[in-house]
Amino acid sequence: MEENIKSQPMEPQIFRQFDLKKKFRIGEFLIQGSLFLTGILSIFVTLAIVYELGKEALLFFVDPDVTLVKFFTTTRWQPGIGQYGIVALVSATLTTSFIAILISLPLGLASAIYLSEYASPKARGILKPVLEILAGIPTVVYGYFALLFVTPILKLFFSGNQLQTYNMLSAGLVMGIMILPLIASMSEDSLSAVPRALREGAYAMGATKLETSTQVVLPAALSGIGAAVIIGISRAVGETMIVAVAAGAGPNFSFNPLDAAETMTGHIARISGGDLSYNTIDYTSLFAIALMLFLVTLVLNLISQWVVNKFREQYE
Amino acid sequence: MISLGALIYDIINGGFGYVAFEYKNPPSEFTSTPVSQLTREELLVVLQENLSSGAYKKLDNEQKMETRSQADLYILFLERLVQIDTKETWSLTDSLLKSDEIRARVAEKYPDAELEFRLWLTPQFLSTPMSSKAEFAGVRTAILGSLWLVGIALLFALPIGVGASIYLQEYAPHNWFTNIIQTNINNLAGVPSIVYGMLGLAVFVRTFEALTSGAAFGITDSNGRTVLSAGLTMGILVLPLIIINAQEAIKAVPDSLRQAAFGVGATRWQTVWHHVLPNALPGILTGSILAISRALGETAPLIVVGASTFITVDPEGVFSKFTALPIQIYNWTTRPQTEFHSIAASAIIVLLVLLLSLNATAIFLRNRYQRRW
Repeated sequence: MEENIKSQPMEPQIFRQFDLKKKFRIGEFLIQGSLFLTGILSIFVTLAIVYELGKEALLFFVDPDVTLVKFFTTTRWQPGIGQYGIVALVSATLTTSFIAILISLPLGLASAIYLSEYASPKARGILKPVLEILAGIPTVVYGYFALLFVTPILKLFFSGNQLQTYNMLSAGLVMGIMILPLIASMSEDSLSAVPRALREGAYAMGATKLETSTQVVLPAALSGIGAAVIIGISRAVGETMIVAVAAGAGPNFSFNPLDAAETMTGHIARISGGDLSYNTIDYTSLFAIALMLFLVTLVLNLISQWVVNKFREQYE
Repeated sequence: MISLGALIYDIINGGFGYVAFEYKNPPSEFTSTPVSQLTREELLVVLQENLSSGAYKKLDNEQKMETRSQADLYILFLERLVQIDTKETWSLTDSLLKSDEIRARVAEKYPDAELEFRLWLTPQFLSTPMSSKAEFAGVRTAILGSLWLVGIALLFALPIGVGASIYLQEYAPHNWFTNIIQTNINNLAGVPSIVYGMLGLAVFVRTFEALTSGAAFGITDSNGRTVLSAGLTMGILVLPLIIINAQEAIKAVPDSLRQAAFGVGATRWQTVWHHVLPNALPGILTGSILAISRALGETAPLIVVGASTFITVDPEGVFSKFTALPIQIYNWTTRPQTEFHSIAASAIIVLLVLLLSLNATAIFLRNRYQRRW
């Protein structure tokens, strides 16, 4: 300081004391630095997932026995004896997810419309917490429910051995119940975000409540609903415990919901639950499946975010 | 609403009901006085006399016989010597509606069996460890394992999660890099839990086996499949949830508060520490409770990381093998014998009660401390 003043003797000293430049504080810098590190940790986690899954999956794919063509086109999955057709697992994943969306989309949408357009505040006050409770129930409980409640009831509707004890139908149905609250609450959010003026405009034209709901409010909220459906599909694809308990054990290429079959997630859960030895083809094949799962759900989630950002109608 | 009703009905239906069971060796074979009146010492003698010396030694190694409680010994007596054999179980509705039918059936099919109306969920169920017989199986080790898991997960994820949310809300510049971090966190929240399990298996169980098994600290009786590995995996799993919730809470603190703090010359960190964080705390707490309940209910990653299904000793530290409530439920549900379904239902009731009380706390906190600005 003193030298500074000496070298510029003409400058009025009073301004020196009120230097408006930001002072460097070591403590602040350290805090900001460590907060930044925690912030980018999420990137590290993602990189770690991609790296670890990729590394082991690569070991699987470099096996001379495994070819990508075989992987994606054949229909038997038994890595232990050299059969690597992931389609056997994908078919079950698709079937259960399809049933789940078939159940949860109409029901979730209907309850969302009811909650946002028709329900009295009192009914809303009861129903919303019920949805929240349903959303908070662990999936292993849904698995119990599927195997020991839904399957026996379904058996009443099918004669003989048409319906196997473990079947994709009950797993899919219960999975639908599981993602119903998600779709309902996300859709309800976007329905409620539609401004009143739109509804009042519709009423002024003489539309009934049903016409207003389905032809004015619903289309206006479509982007949010679309995002909800995509997230729902992503959940269904990644859901493990319900299918692990109720859908069956053993890869089975089948789109028949009455059959037992194993989904990608269910297969990982079953195989890794036993005494799995490292560096075997069984071990690395699990990582190949997990990598596929990760990529599929990642793409679905990205699409959903993109839909929301791109097509969101901005209302005042 | 209907589905919730059906779900609850199903669980309660499974949790209670008639049981027909037989004593393989009636208690009178071992002692003349009624068993329930035996003292601790007498039970000890009976056990010592009738168990093979190998079996006795094995039990003694698990926990010194002399130090075991009377209830503990009584269970051993029933389990090892009397050997109850469950013949058939019925659900609550059947038990109530068709009790005569059940009585007739038992009398005809199992003449030696006794019929008992049982609540499977008893204090004993909560306080005994796992067993291979449904009658004696309890959830104590599972509850303790779950608590260890959640504790480790929170210790790991809470500071990091809150730190990240502070950075993103208060410090981060608006640029492409921040955008990537934000999108990335939103995406991580949607990654299937079993993928986190695979990550935990590859990273914590295998790569860092020396650390997570405790081998680096001189503990050698376990591999990497410890409660520490599982807890860290859970921590990574709930991290995005905590960040997103904490961000919402910080966002809700009005800017005027920050500007007032800056106005009197506070630095950014002083503003955050003394003004933003205290006001965002209820929201952060609510988020962490939601994260806890997520971690309590997750099953798939635990299966992958290597939760044991059969453990009779309590977890003693971070390097212990472990089991958890959802794992027990999964294990019992997938067994063919119906008596295991009954204890699975009881374990579900325990888990749901835990979760509901956590969620009730979260809602209470939210309503109590929520401020409208």
